[in-house]
Amino acid sequence: MKRHRIKRLLGNVGFGLSVFALISPAILVFLWMLSLAFKNELDNTAYPPVFIPSSPTFANFIDVFEKNDFVTWSWEEFSLFGRTLFEIPWPGGYLYNSVVVSFSATGLALLVGIPAGFGVAKSKAHNMAALIMIARVTPGLSYLVPLFLLFQWLGLIGSLLPLVITHLVITVPIVVWVMIGFFEGLPNELEEAALVDGATIWQAFRFIALPLARPGIVVALILSFIFSWNNFIFGVVLAGRETRTLPVAVYNVLTFEQVSWGPLAAAALLVTLPVLLLTLLMQKEIVAGLTAGGVKGG
Amino acid sequence: MSATVREGSSGMGLRGRNYARQYWPFLVPAGVIVFAVIVFPWMFTLYMSVMEWHVGGSITFNGLANYQRLLTDERFLWSVVRTLYFTALAVVFPVLLGVAAAVCFHRKFPFRGLARTIFILPMMATPVAIALVWTMMFHPQLGVLNYLLTSVGLPASSWVYAPNTVIPTLVLVETWQWTPLVMLIVLGGLASLPVDPYEAAKIDGASAWDSFRHISLPLVWPHVMVALVIRTIDALKSLDIIFVISGGGPGTSSETMNYLLYLEAFSFYDMGYASAIVVIFFVIILLISLLLFSSRKQAY
Repeated sequence: MKRHRIKRLLGNVGFGLSVFALISPAILVFLWMLSLAFKNELDNTAYPPVFIPSSPTFANFIDVFEKNDFVTWSWEEFSLFGRTLFEIPWPGGYLYNSVVVSFSATGLALLVGIPAGFGVAKSKAHNMAALIMIARVTPGLSYLVPLFLLFQWLGLIGSLLPLVITHLVITVPIVVWVMIGFFEGLPNELEEAALVDGATIWQAFRFIALPLARPGIVVALILSFIFSWNNFIFGVVLAGRETRTLPVAVYNVLTFEQVSWGPLAAAALLVTLPVLLLTLLMQKEIVAGLTAGGVKGG
Repeated sequence: MSATVREGSSGMGLRGRNYARQYWPFLVPAGVIVFAVIVFPWMFTLYMSVMEWHVGGSITFNGLANYQRLLTDERFLWSVVRTLYFTALAVVFPVLLGVAAAVCFHRKFPFRGLARTIFILPMMATPVAIALVWTMMFHPQLGVLNYLLTSVGLPASSWVYAPNTVIPTLVLVETWQWTPLVMLIVLGGLASLPVDPYEAAKIDGASAWDSFRHISLPLVWPHVMVALVIRTIDALKSLDIIFVISGGGPGTSSETMNYLLYLEAFSFYDMGYASAIVVIFFVIILLISLLLFSSRKQAY
């Protein structure tokens, strides 16, 4: 009996160690990111490396805000969708660009994708679902070659509009895919009762299916926002100096300016922080969405 | 009672079919967008791939010349080989680790939710941000990884700074990033398994390994295959990590198809040739995914 208990204890310890081994790479990389961001330049270039900052500092973050146009685009003339369309001066900056692009692309995708998910689930229009699946398989860069030429021809390069449009390539498939699965899981009886009582299909959708689908909409919104926020390659190709999204701006810090690790890590941390917080807060929804669809943008 | 129910449900089915046709307005807005940003680019790419098309230059029809050039372009052919090499490694490691992780996270333990959330953070984090942190960790003189290696007595590695280590190093980052997705898909499969076979096996004195090998693995195999296919497609398409960490270098030693496509289109502005690469790339992805899908029945 005693031997049995010891064996079980050893098993539990072994199991605990293997869980620790599984999550430690993730923890270590993010801790190192924190460490780099809060160390001064002396600590960051020291060898052997300094793991815990000797005097933690916010200097790197201040540096990011002061030297780069991350948050404010210094009140220069800056317009929402290109200068010719809206001549409104706007305190932009890369944060503003990222927010506008990700929110617009996610909002538009929800607007068209929720009804589409409903339509596909109810009418069993599986060719639309298949199309979405093939879009998932295609490399994001391949859409960019024709769209780049189109935007150039239309004179849109250098505004945020091309970015919003190309991000639809990521967000629309995610929303439609998540919503198909969600509407298929809803019971049909309520809607059918409404239809029998003389409601139109639109009313059945608006007043019965839509309220029931709220959790699914939350999943679609979060995933589509995160993958749009994280997208890098569309911005690299389409963004001008003023229309960079945050990931592109951070990459440009690496390539074109004198590299000092502290500010670079601080910038990287700031860019990914919203996503990390969202993941920590909404992990249940994110896990549900990812398990169902295996979706990934771009 | 049962007769009315049956009658009612068959009537419902009939009406359902009639209604099915009325749902098309719901599909129109998304259909328009999907056509504009997905289907139209596909067709336009096919058209461009048979043209001589340089940005700012003249545009002329040149038949299959772009495709012929692909067949003799050593830089392209090597990029295919590299892509396949990268993909093979970036599928095997995440799938093996992901299945192991799924088995761990399937068991109940304290703080399981928190541990699982931490585990999936790498796949949610902004790829550019984590690529930058890895870049700093790979630094040959000041990087923390070489310090850790040498402090336990191992030789320092040149990581992304040598042609023969660059692809395995990128695979390391890719594995770190995408093992969680495999874990989630397989975990979803494990959660849907019945409990009875395990109880029967336990009564018959099976060990934990036996019940994993002979019950869990066969039952969860379809989910493993789905994860494998998704991972293969994503590894073939992988770009952000390579773009930021190695930039296709040193030389061209980590230049995959996707990276070469970027260069041809947006550095050399040779749109016709880039379009031909897109078409071949798409065919390769489609062939590999079909091959994996058709083989998934045979394994078990």
